[in-house]
Parts: sequence; C-alpha cells; structure tokens
Amino acid sequence: MARINSPTELEELRQEILSQRDPNKPCLTICSGTGCHAYGSEKVNSAFVEEVKRQGLESKVDIRRTGCHGFCERGTLIVIYPEEICYIQVQPEDAAEVVQSIKDGKVVERLLYTDPVSAKKIVREAEIPFYKNQSRIVFGNNRRIDPKSIEDYLALGGYSALAKALFQMTPEQVLEEVKKANLRGRGGGGFPAGRKWEECRNAPGDIKYVIVNCDEGDPGAYMDRSLMEGNPHSVLEGLAIGAYAIGSHEGFIYVRQEYPLAVENVTTAIKQAEEYGFLGENILGSGFDFKVRIHRGAGAFVSGESSALMTALEGGVGEPRPKYIRTAISGVWEKPSNLNNVETWANVPLIINNGAEWFASIGTEGSKGTKIFSLVGKVNNTGLVEVPMGITLRDIIYNIGGGIPEGKKFKAVQTGGPSGGIIPEQYLNSLVDFDELTKLGSMMGSGGMIVMDEDTCVVDMARYFIDFLCDESCGKCIPCREGLKRMREVLNDIVKGEGKKEDIELLEELSRVMSKASLCALGTTATNPVSTTIRYFGDEYRAHIEEKRCPAFVCKELVSYYIEPSKCQACLICLRNCPVEAISGGKNQIHVIEQSKCTKCGTCFDVCPPRFQAVVRSSGEPVPPPLPEEQRVLVRGKK
Amino acid sequence: MEREKVDEIIDRYQDEQGILIQLLLDIQSEFNWIPQEAIVRISERLQIPLSQIYRVVSFYKAMSLAPIGRHLVQVCLGTACHVRGGPKILNRVEEALEIKAGETTQDMNFTLRRVNCLGCCALGPVMIVDKDYHGKIMPAMVKEVLEGYD
Repeated sequence: MARINSPTELEELRQEILSQRDPNKPCLTICSGTGCHAYGSEKVNSAFVEEVKRQGLESKVDIRRTGCHGFCERGTLIVIYPEEICYIQVQPEDAAEVVQSIKDGKVVERLLYTDPVSAKKIVREAEIPFYKNQSRIVFGNNRRIDPKSIEDYLALGGYSALAKALFQMTPEQVLEEVKKANLRGRGGGGFPAGRKWEECRNAPGDIKYVIVNCDEGDPGAYMDRSLMEGNPHSVLEGLAIGAYAIGSHEGFIYVRQEYPLAVENVTTAIKQAEEYGFLGENILGSGFDFKVRIHRGAGAFVSGESSALMTALEGGVGEPRPKYIRTAISGVWEKPSNLNNVETWANVPLIINNGAEWFASIGTEGSKGTKIFSLVGKVNNTGLVEVPMGITLRDIIYNIGGGIPEGKKFKAVQTGGPSGGIIPEQYLNSLVDFDELTKLGSMMGSGGMIVMDEDTCVVDMARYFIDFLCDESCGKCIPCREGLKRMREVLNDIVKGEGKKEDIELLEELSRVMSKASLCALGTTATNPVSTTIRYFGDEYRAHIEEKRCPAFVCKELVSYYIEPSKCQACLICLRNCPVEAISGGKNQIHVIEQSKCTKCGTCFDVCPPRFQAVVRSSGEPVPPPLPEEQRVLVRGKK
Repeated sequence: MEREKVDEIIDRYQDEQGILIQLLLDIQSEFNWIPQEAIVRISERLQIPLSQIYRVVSFYKAMSLAPIGRHLVQVCLGTACHVRGGPKILNRVEEALEIKAGETTQDMNFTLRRVNCLGCCALGPVMIVDKDYHGKIMPAMVKEVLEGYD
C-alpha cells in the first residue's frame, strides 16, 4: 500500500476504495465477537465460506467477519447488506439455505427475530426492538467493518477526523472543541477529558505520553474489549488526535493479556496505519509525528487505576501511588501523561468530524453523548447497548433489554462494577447521567449493568464484590487492605447466619473510613456495593442476621431443601441427579432428602418437574421431620 | 527447560524500556508457566534483582509459578455469571475434581481456575475447558462435561 501524504490523497484513496465496492452487492457479515465466538461463529463462518464457494457465488457475495454486533443473547448473528436482513442463532447447517436465499432474493423466515409482543417476524436489524431503541454512534460501525481491514474503516470515512484536526485546526482548537463538547471520561470517574488534556498540554516538558486504558477488569463488562476488537482504528484515530492536541509524540495502548483478539487486532491496525502514514513520522505529510506501542496487561484489577497502570507500563508492579502530583504533570517515567479509556478515545473522531455542538446536543446538561453498557445478568436480551445519556434505567432494561426472564420480578440493577452500587426498583426512572447515578450511591463506571431478579440475594452480592476487591486490593494502604478483609469477615458471618446485630453499624463505620482514607479509587469506592445494599435493602440484612433467613434462597448455610411427601411422585429424577446421593427412595417410594448429606446445591429443586413441584426450598424455619420409613410407599390417586 | 528459548524471548526486546512484564508474559505463553530457571536467566541477562522479578510474577494473575495441568478448566464468576449461579458450578467442579480453584489435580490432568468475566455473559453461567465453551451450564451437567477430557 502506498503512503498517503495529504488530505487530498486520503480522499482519493477513499474514493478509490469506494469505487471498487458495489453498494448493492450482497454482503454477509458474521459477528465474531466474544459472545458469538463462544456460540461457535468460527464454524458458522467456515460453513458460509464453503457454501458460497459450492454455489459458485464467490464473485457475487462478500463475506465479512466483523466484531461484536451487540445482541449477544441471540448469537451467532448474521446481517446481510444492503437490505440489513438480520438472522439470529445461525448454525453452520443453515448456510445452504441462507446462501440460496441470497441468490433467490428471498428471506429465510425461520431465522428472523420474532417480536415477543406482536409475535411478528422482523426482517431488518434496525427494527428489532433491541437495536431500535439504541443510538449506536460509537459502537455502530463495529458491525460494518472487518477489524483487520483498514480499507473497511477508510470506506466509512476513517481517518478524516485526523486529517481535519491536523490540517484545519490548531492543537488549541482541537482542545477547545473537546472541552466544548464536554466529553467526560468513560472509564469510571467521568472527569472531563478536555480539562485533563489541557493540564497535560500545559505541563512543563517536551516529552509527553498519551495512553489508552483497555484494562477492563470489571467483572461482567466487555464494552471496551468489543470496541478494541471490533473497531481498533477508531481508537487509534482518537488517540492520534488527542496526541496532536496535547503535544505528545508517543502513545501506549494498555490492553489486557486476557483479550488476545484485542491485542491481535490492534497490533494489525497499528501496522496498517503506519504503512499508510496515519501513524508514525510526518503523519499525512503534516509534519506531526506520533508512534504507538502496545503494552499487554498481566491481569490485575488495580492496574486499571491511572497511576498504577503507568507503573505497569514502566515494567513494574502495577500499584497506585498517592496523586499529590497528578499524572498529567508526572506520569510514565515522570513525564506528563494523559490516560483515557477506550470508549473516550473512540468518541474523539466523532466530535472532530461533527463538531462539539452536535455532540453536546445528545444527552443531559452534565453528561453529553452516548454510553455503551454491557447489559447482562437476569435480563432477556443480554448484550452491548449504546444509549444516549439521559435515557432512563427502565428504558434500557425493559425496552432494550426486554425485561426479566421467566416472568420473575425485577429486584435491582448494579452499575459501575465493584466500585458501583445496587439500585432498587423505585429508582428505575432515574436518568443515566454521571451525576444522577452518583447521587443514588452508585456510579456510571465503565459500563457494567447487571440486572438482578428476585432470586438474587443482595447481601450475597455485596459479599461477592467485597470478596473480589479483597483479592484485587494491592495491599499498599491500610484502610483498603484491612478494611476489605474485615468487611469480608463480617459479610461471611452474615451469609452464614452468624451475623450479629451490631454488624450493620460496623460495616457502615468501615465504609466511612475506607471511603475517606484509602489511597486510590479502588479503596474509596469499594464500599459502594455494601453501603447501597444497606441503604436500599436493610431489611434483607436484618433477615439474615435476626431471622437466619435468606429471602432469595441463595445463602447456602441458611437454606434447606426437602421433599413435600404429598407432592412427590417418586419419579427418581432428583434421586438420580443428586451429586452426593443424599436422596433416598425408589420406584413407588416417596423420596426423602437426608439433611446431613445434602450440600444444598439445589440440583433437586432445579430438576423436579414443574408439574410436581415437590422439592421445597426453605429458609429461616426448620425442615419438617422426614416421613417415617413405613409411610413412604406411594399410593397413587385414583382417577 | 530450554535456555535458548528464554534467550530468544529476551532478545525480542532489545533496547526497550519497561519490558519485564512483556517478556514474562511471553515466557508464560511459551511454557504455560514461569520456571525458576527462566527467572534466573532474566535476572542475569537484564541485571534485574531476582526479588524484583518474583514480585512482579507473584503480583499478576496471568503469570504462574507452577506448571499447569493438561486441561485448563476456567469457571467464570463474573457478576453476570454469579447472579446466574456460577458459584454452584464452581462448587460442582471442585467436588468432581477434588481440588480447589487455583489448584492442579495430582495426575496433572486438570488445573482449575476461577476467572472474572470471559465476555460472553449471554451464555452465563459459563465454563471453558481448554478452548471449548460450555454455556448455560447446570450443576448436574458438570460431571459429564469433565468426563469428556480424561
């Protein structure tokens, strides 16, 4: 590929790429995001390639493997352009029929999405309610490009924002634009990116660094991963624009080793961008130099904290340091360094291309633009969703997420990962907005959104997050190291039924100290899961402590299973499935769970046929004594 | 342990700053663990104190100071899998393999790890054995899945 030396040449290249592409030629895009990959999209892809060849359509149909489309619940996903026909749950066996249908100009009805309300089949991707209620300005291109093809990105206008910044704007103007757009950091804190850039730009010193934080360690969140895997050039373009505004000539991409595809795709992207001259020396002939290096993170949640990440970049143990001097003044190798999250960087080209006013027209007073969430847990449509700021939580969970599965009742939604809080039903109409969520005791965070139903125990959830953070705390400062340990002990006692009345107060006191005295945000926010659950679900804590009862039947030590003799039909299903042989009985013998052997795994409860419902969960009350041996013969009712 | 291999990995990072983590990750992916000999060799060649390298290796989760089994079982306990019953899956795997998370069976057949989010929450609860995803798994299915890898 030839080096591009000016915006005119870039435009010519784009026209050339476009001229070789027929917009009416059928293009079959196969999602290869992590969700679809797990469903086996690899095999689906091979089957389609094979089938297109078999039907002799290689020159008539394009196949493109893309990053995550978002609707992970229904993978493997296929979208056929130009009509945007969306097929869900596609299997390798479907290849022949789908390829034939493209040839015939028909639609394969059985692979379409069925609207759960109207029961109608929906053909076009954009009309599926999951997608219809989103505004995918950042994430939307994922489904249109092969992440390994820079030409795909260029065809959609890629690197035009970089050209605009370098040739039509001064660094100060770029900075002003980002400030005016009020782009706030998508990594968790929500700090205005423009102000951060400005501080770094004004910091003394010639050598400055810009950094992409893709150390997404938040359990249950995979937005940054999907963006990095699916559209790495958008992140690189944003980073290069930021570097120009700040006056930096070297950038780092810190990406988790656990995301091998992200590492691979961004490595390829950097190489391609360098070959075209969008990175490296004298970018687009502008005289601006900027090179990017990749640093693989080795798996430490705390290393996502900015000062810790910078220590890791230097090759050390990624622990935070006190930030009396901000990283914008003294970061990597004590040079001014500016770190932003993947999604923040990916927003930058949009702001430059469309202007700050356009960007600021989306969202609320204090939170502009969109936010990508990973909507997961007890929700019908698990997936990645991009919504304008200011949408309500209810809209996301019900209109996009399709509500709670199996007719269960919504209980709470958790945002912000281990640093965030648990929000109960009465606040479902709250707006997605940095400040609103903070007011509720939670936070925007990087975008994890975990839906919980009535079967989720909030005390157990609080313990889960504290347990996670306890393992991930680096141990450098005492409030976090010791505070988390003590909290874990107290919460373990409570879920075991050994909690004491004064425990709630003790947890609150620990929270207060940790949130004030910890060294970094891991410690200061670690208490949010505990304090919000106490605030909104104090009754559940008291049920565990005072009545030794887990209302959601989750905490093993407080739950028992027994078989209701009048309902048992002696079908042997639970008996055969019990992993510890704790169920006695036989053919025509009413089954009985031996409490001393039972490990409370709940398998019997899960497998007991719904028409019998003989296995009963109980909590907070004693298990009825087993039926005497001689009365266990099943007398079947006469009909 | 092949010393040449370690040397070759070290050579990949000539004249670069801050590369310790990167080359340890390469060693981990080459050998599936970080043998003591490799640490000693790095220390000799790069003049980094042994204690410092050990500190880095023991801090990061992606690095292992013990060899792993023939099959790697990873049970996801990310938040989404947690609310969908991930802990019960982990319990069943621990019972079936008679080891705890983080350990390896005596016959070196299985290493069990708990991980925090594999990025396929729609399939939760999920476990991965080697490269195979087993999604929407129930405790009762665990034994059968593991029997496929003996």
